[in-house]
Parts: sequence; structure tokens; C-alpha cells
Amino acid sequence: MAKKTLTFLMMDAPFESPRTATAFRLLEICAERGHDVNVFAYEGAVALPFSKQKPHANAVHGHDVDEEEHPLPKDWVAGLQNKFADKGGKLEWTNCGLCVDERGVGEAIDGIGRGTPGDHWKWAESSDNTLVIGTK
Amino acid sequence: MAKYLLIESRDPFDAAEVGNHYEVAETLKKAGNEVTLFLVENGVLPARKSPASERLTALSKAGVTVLADAFSLKERGIGDGSVAEGIGTSPLETVIDQLEAGAKAVWH
Repeated sequence: MAKKTLTFLMMDAPFESPRTATAFRLLEICAERGHDVNVFAYEGAVALPFSKQKPHANAVHGHDVDEEEHPLPKDWVAGLQNKFADKGGKLEWTNCGLCVDERGVGEAIDGIGRGTPGDHWKWAESSDNTLVIGTK
Repeated sequence: MAKYLLIESRDPFDAAEVGNHYEVAETLKKAGNEVTLFLVENGVLPARKSPASERLTALSKAGVTVLADAFSLKERGIGDGSVAEGIGTSPLETVIDQLEAGAKAVWH
């Protein structure tokens, strides 16, 4: 299969919508296929790679932190970065800078860029295809 | 003839504009395009045979390829035997296949 460059735009904040899980499923398929992928995170999606996310216990279920194994989107993003690298592809992730500042989520995990919607437009122009996953 | 991929993620019982998305699929097909309507997340709920699935079956008969994400169906307890006529089940890989093939993709 020929290597492709695909661009995705995500908008949903973490822990809120199944669209995030579906978007990550799509990214994982791209990683498996060795594609290069650009992700422009807009609005609430800029918090997906926020490095200060923390797992928590669940007192209602009687679980401590380890038993709860609370999933964190920042770990999913890091996992995808590793998977793309392992499979010969590349994941470029850029957060909308103004959206980051508004939300105070500037401390992202390694490998996350900062940009503007203009970067998304440039990626869309240069990619083989683009999918915008809009929020409500 | 262009190739279109319309991805429907919302439940028509919750979002009235889902019907508009179906209508876009129908209109694009009538205009001579190749159209796939891919149902995912709560978008698969009307895939269960019911009065709500009749619109999807009609779209299929009109030439729109109607597919439902197998994972989303399984999550919602919709088995293969209860999926309405004209709706195929498909892995999410189909979306990437179509993006690779240059389909114009719209997510709702």
C-alpha cells in the first residue's frame, strides 16, 4: 500500500465524547498502515495531550488508583506517537495556540506543536485527504 | 463522478439534522456520484430493523452504499441478525480505505 499523508481536525475536549475514541481508532489504523498523519487540535481538543492529567481512584467502586486504571488521553496520544514511529509513519500534532491559552493547558506532552488554524489549512492543501471531525 | 464518504455519528432520535445528512447522500447519488453513508457511534442505532431503519434501506435501494461500523453495533448490542435490509456491517478501516482513495469526506 502506498504511503499517504492524511490530515485530521479534532475539536472535542477529553472525557466528553465518543468522537474522541473514534478519532483515535482512525489514527491507530493510519499508524498500522505506515501513513503520515497531521492532527490539528482545535477548541477543547487541545487538552487531549495536556501533560498534567492525572489518574484517580474510584471510591464508589472501592478501587485505588492502580485498580481503577483510569485511562488518560495524554497517554493515548503518546501511545499513538510511539506506534506511528514503530510502523514507519509520522504523527504531527499541532494545538491551536489561542485555544490552549484560553484553557490554560500549555503544558503538553513532548512532540506537540503550537499553531493556528492556518496550519490546518496548509496541511489540508498538502495532504492526500482531510477529515474534519467537528463537535456539536 | 466524484466519490463521497458521509460519516453519520449521531442518533436520528436525538438530532433532527441527521435526516438532512441522509438527504445529502440521496441528492449526491441522484447527481451521479458514488456515495457511501458510514454509520458510527450512535449513528448505528437506526441500523436495527425498525421504522427508523426504513430510510436507510431506501437509501440503499437508491444506490447509496450504507455501512455500519461493526464495533459500534457490537457496543450497542445490535447483532448481525437484527440489522435492516440494505445495511452492511464494516470495520472502521473502511473510512481510511476511502480517504486513501480520495473520497470527499464529511463527518456529522
